[in-house]
Amino acid sequence: MSINALLDEFKVKAATPKQQLQEYKAQGKKVIGVLPYFAPDELVYAAGMVPMGIWGSNNKTISRAKEYCATFYCTIAQLALEMLLDGTMDQLDGIITPTICDTLRPMSQNYRVAMHDKMAVIFLAHPQNRFEPFGLEFCVDQYNHVKSELEKVAGHEITNDAIQDAIKVFNESRAVRREFVKLANDHCDVITPTKRSAVLKAYWFMEKPAYTAKLKELNEELKKLPVCDWKGTKVVTSGIICDNPNLLAAFEENNIAIAADDVAHESRAFRVDVPFNPDPMMALAEQFAAQDYDVLLYDPESSKNRRGEFVANMVKESGAQGLVLFMQQFCDPEEMEYPYLKKALDDAGIPHIKLGIDQQMRDFGQARTAIQAFADVLSMQ
Amino acid sequence: MSSIYTLGIDVGSTASKCIILKDGSEIVAKSLIDVGAGTSGPKRAIDAVLENAGMAKEEMAYTLATGYGRNSLMGLADKQMSELSCHAKGAFFLFPDVHTVIDIGGQDVKVMHIENGAMTNFQMNDKCAAGTGRFLDVMARVLEVKVEDLGALGAMSKKRVEISSTCTVFAESEVISQLSQGTDKCDIIAGIHRSVSHRVTGLAHRIGVVPSVVMTGGVAQNTGVVEALQNELGCPIKTSPLTQYNGALGAALFAYQAASRRK
Repeated sequence: MSINALLDEFKVKAATPKQQLQEYKAQGKKVIGVLPYFAPDELVYAAGMVPMGIWGSNNKTISRAKEYCATFYCTIAQLALEMLLDGTMDQLDGIITPTICDTLRPMSQNYRVAMHDKMAVIFLAHPQNRFEPFGLEFCVDQYNHVKSELEKVAGHEITNDAIQDAIKVFNESRAVRREFVKLANDHCDVITPTKRSAVLKAYWFMEKPAYTAKLKELNEELKKLPVCDWKGTKVVTSGIICDNPNLLAAFEENNIAIAADDVAHESRAFRVDVPFNPDPMMALAEQFAAQDYDVLLYDPESSKNRRGEFVANMVKESGAQGLVLFMQQFCDPEEMEYPYLKKALDDAGIPHIKLGIDQQMRDFGQARTAIQAFADVLSMQ
Repeated sequence: MSSIYTLGIDVGSTASKCIILKDGSEIVAKSLIDVGAGTSGPKRAIDAVLENAGMAKEEMAYTLATGYGRNSLMGLADKQMSELSCHAKGAFFLFPDVHTVIDIGGQDVKVMHIENGAMTNFQMNDKCAAGTGRFLDVMARVLEVKVEDLGALGAMSKKRVEISSTCTVFAESEVISQLSQGTDKCDIIAGIHRSVSHRVTGLAHRIGVVPSVVMTGGVAQNTGVVEALQNELGCPIKTSPLTQYNGALGAALFAYQAASRRK
């Protein structure tokens, strides 16, 4: 397939979770929704079911979910529930609710109250102290709980061999996505911000082997192209999610390419592979323990501002001139972390802007102005 | 050698402003229409400035649009730029020693840091009307005074009244509450000006306030807000009679640069 045909396919997949869910169900498959983030999707796959990431929607307005949610929950969490309540994703057989932030923790119970009659609602609490032996043990215990709940939905046991196979499938997907983001930087004239976003977003909805095969095909086609001589500017994006095509179009209007990202919905999801361990449940726990540089993860050395420096280095190493932070409205961890990130960026002499966003944004005038002004600042440097 | 005339158009949220520059240095004509993006304002402002200059649109070597409604003028303008860049440019033209520009427009607040005439950093308000011209419009309506009279009325304040809310809706409730208690309007207005100042100062300190400080945008005409900001920032603030035209001026200056390059 041509690059454009592949990109079109990813675009369609990224925009149509409901249709894909319907197709999976029509094929007799069981499907598990997975809320953000760090849930072990491998277990869903190992159970012979399809994991689908649920990261809210850019096309919906919070209505039914208001019955269950506090007003200060982020729109990602609220719109994820809205998608279950309004029929978009209610064919799911179950949903895993990680509790990695102060919104998702109580929200897991809102999902339970709202949806337990319709689908399995599987609670997952990651350990705060993820490195220590007791943290790993806790994580394995939690993952075993998820596994046993998934087994109930699947109607059969999930074997260790199946989990080991799943780990290989997901590790391969991570490697291919890591390769893609590097190629996207080299070929940012072809992989525009909206196309880059669609390719990475499609992962959450597609079956993983099929997605990996398509992305490998795209990567191979991109490798055949000469590295582009980009005349515009480049940035690193940061935040939980920045998948709104209208917002990303403002990048393209101002010749801003994305050199790399520090986005939970994108690269943070595939930075760390699952290591080999004869005990696959421990391997999954070890992967979570190895996750780092994330606003939602406990850092025993937070006073060293390791994460801020990590992001600043990412900007330098990727060849970007600045950083655009997509700050989700009501995202406490991001808001509280921002002064540290700002300090690291300022210390490194890296310009940045912070764009306040939410998934109900329909007017992008102010964001477009800020992005355009930022392009001016970067180009004048 | 013939002169180069350039046109800058600033389509704001509440007003449309135009400036025609001769050779990037002399203001030939200006116009202001009190309605902005999405209205007949931009077209009327262009017609007015051309009439004031006694010139035709075809005589403009380059036309550049800025402001909230800049994208709606693509048929009339050669290019569009963000109002932040244009305000920085205009302020540097008027005050060459400027390092900080505070622009309070109809629906947003922007603070820009300038080095050698170029914008190097900026901050914008969140999606909230607090501290903007719209905030003052709402308050003036509740107080039954003209928005252009707020500065003079606030100067007559004798007693300190605090308007603590930064939310426009809640601040409106506070003002209504004060009025119902019989508080003097002038005292309330001075409190409103300080409320705007608190909001803008917080934003300004995020990028650092380096003198000299210039204030642009329609709200800079309100002496009460300027004075409250001076007190809170602890440094003098420069304004110009052209404050409301500053974005259009910057646009006309960028247009001159583009026209010169084209030549």
